[in-house]
Amino acid sequence: MPGHDGAAADPITVEVINDRAEIERTETQILERIDHHDFPKASRFAVKLAFEEAIANAFQHGHRGLPDDTPVRVTYKIDADEIRIEVQDRGPGFDAADVPDPTLDENLDRPCGRGLMLMRSYMTSVRYNEQGNVVEMVYRRKAATPSA
Amino acid sequence: MADLESRLRISDDAGVTQVEFIDRNILDEANIQAIGDEISGIIDDAETPKLLISFANVDHLSSAALGTLITINNRVREKGGKLRLANIDAQIYEVFVITRLNKLFEIHESTGEARKSFD
Repeated sequence: MPGHDGAAADPITVEVINDRAEIERTETQILERIDHHDFPKASRFAVKLAFEEAIANAFQHGHRGLPDDTPVRVTYKIDADEIRIEVQDRGPGFDAADVPDPTLDENLDRPCGRGLMLMRSYMTSVRYNEQGNVVEMVYRRKAATPSA
Repeated sequence: MADLESRLRISDDAGVTQVEFIDRNILDEANIQAIGDEISGIIDDAETPKLLISFANVDHLSSAALGTLITINNRVREKGGKLRLANIDAQIYEVFVITRLNKLFEIHESTGEARKSFD
C-alpha cells in the first residue's frame, strides 16, 4: 500500500472464525500496519494484548452456545496517530459493569476476569455498544509512555 | 492425549521442578490448556511440589495464561508446596503489576535467585 503515509486510512473489515491461524493472520495484518506507521514497541505490545483479549472474549463468552464456525467481525483503521479496532460477536452481549474488579484482594486468586481490565489498561479507550456484543478499542499515539 | 507435543521444557534440580516455555507467545487457548494440564500432572505427582516457572522465552501472554498460573498456584498451595516465577520480561512484568498478580506470586529476577529461595 504505497503512497498512503499520513493519509486517512479506510477501515478494513474481516470475518474471523475461531481458528488460531485465522486469528493470527488478522493480527499480523494489524501489526504490519502499526509498524508501517512507526508506532513504538510499547504500542505494538499494547494492541496485540488488547486484540487477543477482545477476540478471546468474543469467542469464549460472546459465542458460548453458538456453532463453532460462527465468525466474529473485526474492523480496523490505522493511521499515523490512532489505532482503532472494533470486534463484533454474534452473541447476545453482556454488561461490562457486571465484571468484578479482578484486582481486589478477594478476587486476586480467581483465575478469570482479567481480559477486560487489561484491554482498558493498555488502550486509550474501550467502549461497548448498548447490547454489549461490539467492543471498540482506540489507541492514540500520544497515550504512549513519554520515554517510548 | 499422550502423543501431544509438549509446549514445555521440564527439568529437575534436587527436588525443584523447573519449567520453561517453548513458545514465545502464550496466547492460544488450546496450548494454554495443554500447558496447564502438563503442569497439573507434575503437581499431582509430587507430595510437596516445588515448582519454578521461567518466562525466559516469553514475549506475550494472555489473561487466560494468567488464569492458568493462578490455578497452578492454588493447587501448589493446597499441597503445601512452593511456586516461584522468574525471568519475566519488563513488558510482561507490567501485566503482573497492572493485575496486581505480582502480589499473589513470588517473582524473582533470575532462575538462580528463584532456585535459592527454595533452600
